[in-house]
Amino acid sequence: MFKMLKVAILVIPALLLSFNVQAEEVSKEQMKGLDEQVQDIKTDVLGMAVELNQLEEKLLYPSDTQVAVFVSLGGGEKFRLDSLEVELGGRPVATHLYSFKELDALRQGGVQRIYTGNLRTGEQELKVTMTGKSTAGADVRRTQSFKVVKDVGPKIVEITLASQTIGFKDW
Amino acid sequence: MIRLLVFLTTLLFTSSALAAGAAPVPVPGDRISTTAPRELKDLFFGEALYDAFQGDWFDAIARLDTELEQFRRVDEPRRDPLHFHVGQAEFAVGDFELAYRMHQRAGRAIQAVIEGNVAEPVRNEALFRLARIYFQKDQAENALQALERIHGAVPAGIEEDLAFLRAQIYLAVGRFAEAEPILEDLRDAKGLEGFASYNLGIALLKEGKKQEGRQCLDRTGQLAGDDPANLAIKDKANLVLGYKLLKEDHPAAAKEVLDRVRLQGPFSDRALLGSGWADASRGDFAQALVPWSILVNRQVTDPAVQEAMLAVPYAYGKLDAYGRAAQLYGRALVGFGKEIAKLDASIKSIREGNFLKALAREELKQDADWVVKLRSLPETPETYYLLDLMASNDFQESLKNYLDLEELRKKLAIWEGDLDAFEELIENRRAYYQPLLPEIDRAFRQLDSRMRLRLEQRDLIEKRLQAMLTAPRPDYLATARERIFKAQIAQLERAQADDRAAAASPEIEARIRRLRGVLDWNIATDYDRRLTQTFKDLRRLDQDVEGLHRQYTAFVRTRQAATQSYEGYDEGIHQQRARIKAAREKVGDLLARQGHFLEVMAVNELTRRRQRLEEFEVKARFALADSYDRAARAQGQKREGQ
Repeated sequence: MFKMLKVAILVIPALLLSFNVQAEEVSKEQMKGLDEQVQDIKTDVLGMAVELNQLEEKLLYPSDTQVAVFVSLGGGEKFRLDSLEVELGGRPVATHLYSFKELDALRQGGVQRIYTGNLRTGEQELKVTMTGKSTAGADVRRTQSFKVVKDVGPKIVEITLASQTIGFKDW
Repeated sequence: MIRLLVFLTTLLFTSSALAAGAAPVPVPGDRISTTAPRELKDLFFGEALYDAFQGDWFDAIARLDTELEQFRRVDEPRRDPLHFHVGQAEFAVGDFELAYRMHQRAGRAIQAVIEGNVAEPVRNEALFRLARIYFQKDQAENALQALERIHGAVPAGIEEDLAFLRAQIYLAVGRFAEAEPILEDLRDAKGLEGFASYNLGIALLKEGKKQEGRQCLDRTGQLAGDDPANLAIKDKANLVLGYKLLKEDHPAAAKEVLDRVRLQGPFSDRALLGSGWADASRGDFAQALVPWSILVNRQVTDPAVQEAMLAVPYAYGKLDAYGRAAQLYGRALVGFGKEIAKLDASIKSIREGNFLKALAREELKQDADWVVKLRSLPETPETYYLLDLMASNDFQESLKNYLDLEELRKKLAIWEGDLDAFEELIENRRAYYQPLLPEIDRAFRQLDSRMRLRLEQRDLIEKRLQAMLTAPRPDYLATARERIFKAQIAQLERAQADDRAAAASPEIEARIRRLRGVLDWNIATDYDRRLTQTFKDLRRLDQDVEGLHRQYTAFVRTRQAATQSYEGYDEGIHQQRARIKAAREKVGDLLARQGHFLEVMAVNELTRRRQRLEEFEVKARFALADSYDRAARAQGQKREGQ
């Protein structure tokens, strides 16, 4: 009955198909072939990215003077991080406003490189200011300073943010 | 949200294949299974994870490739902190490549892990991932072979996913009976219950166990839980079962099942249409008008709505309301005409390249609901009709490739600009350092020779002091004043010797001897203290020498860095530039071809929908004429009766 009604009211699909003359078709093989070529070019470009990363690092941040500041969230931290400001040697070097995706990536254990630059040897002050909201909805604003001792060789430091404190680790 | 969207589009796509029979539904898994280690010991690995967790696959792979390459190059890998995570990093890069749709490379990376000397759970997880890659690439037999190589311990976190994948593969290769017990076991698995139950129903139906299959779908359609994924799978089960019952001529049962589908879900249009047909099948056209009347007021581009535009006047005709039927057929004709015009405009717009421009819009990519947003853009009318197509796997894969290529195109253009900047930077450095360095080198050479001389002196002093520990030489430690006194006494002694022939004074001789004696006494008795003090002075000197060495090393490094800041880059930059140029040409070519495929798919889809509407138009026109005839005849009969 259902079929009969449908046939009665609508044109049968076979009829539709007979009129379905299309100028061009994309076959599965064509798509597969193109997909493989796209994968190949991705591989090539990724290889270039690796080489360019190395070239950029060597050219702009030589290992003698290189300094990198990384940011992570303390384990299990649920507060909402809004922004972060980093001063190194008395001058602002990085300011960042966090999107939802970035905050989520930090919460999952990702580590953000917020700054890469050059620094002369000796002791420098690293000042970190973060703003955000606690889980209870209260404003969070915290500033903390640390000593960075730059020696010969790259200097890598990590700032660990939590609603109550800002941690520092010299790698 | 992205997970839900992917899931809904998957469901939508599979629902469009209803006519061809019910299909199993894959579980909407997270795009990657890599998680951060409990204790991160390599910040650069953490950085790659940060990119990956945001879906920036390219950056994540490039970062991790860089780190792995450095790790493989170092002489002592244990000194590289990546060695704590290297197994996970190898996995992660395959995982990210898979997410970036680089299946060939991901497969090779994971295969390498499998063939390596790794623990059983690691190997089994790699095999699981490899099987998943094959399954996603429609290579179910290869996927099954990979799964059959899994033996022994499996990591706890993937046990259920592995079982579900096995069941999906069995369904894909037609081994329904083997999929059945696995899906039965997974019906209580958290997060999989709806999918397992639905797929079990499909497996039973495919196996020929119609009654059990229907019962299973019936249970799936009434599962508890109201999270969006659960509600969607329930709707899907009810829709599939409802149409199946309708097809098998059980309209009452079909109606009951179809009416369970939510009125606002993605399956509601089809459910309303089916519900109306169930009523019509029982001859209850008045009742059929209820769902159909709701449906005709919905988005006119939906095929179910367009079908309802004919179904409603058909029902009125069956209820002998020919006038109303004619009126509604007329309205449908106008509506179909408008839609055909819209489709013509859309096809023209696609051919003018507007579709591809819209797909590549930056702001859309920022939004997880971009497919929905794309439809609401006024300048992209073509997308109104493309939802089903856009949800299809072929289109999605082509679209993702197109967007990836577009990203590559932008990256390569930026890199070319970066190389220009690098070259300028190098030139500036060369112009600054080259005139300065010869003078600096000359001054340094002078300082260097002075420094070497002083260091030789220091070494000589140490050597003497060491010798004095075994053969004391107090005279070596005489002070400058004592040395002067000693010289003066010697002078006096010589004068005394010269005078002795004349008139030597014994008293003066005695005084001179006394003076020498006092001097020798002081030097000899103070020798130990002086020796100790001299050693202390030497240690202090060593500290200064150490400082000097540090400064020397720092200068040498800075001097080297100055040369290295502009020397030795030309060849590398030249090669990179050539590679980027070649890659840009290739990307441009692939982008054009991929874009063309998308346009062809879109135009074909719109053409298909246009042809369907033309058929509807023809049918509506005949039905309209027929309704007028019947209305006129009915009016005539009425008049005759009067």
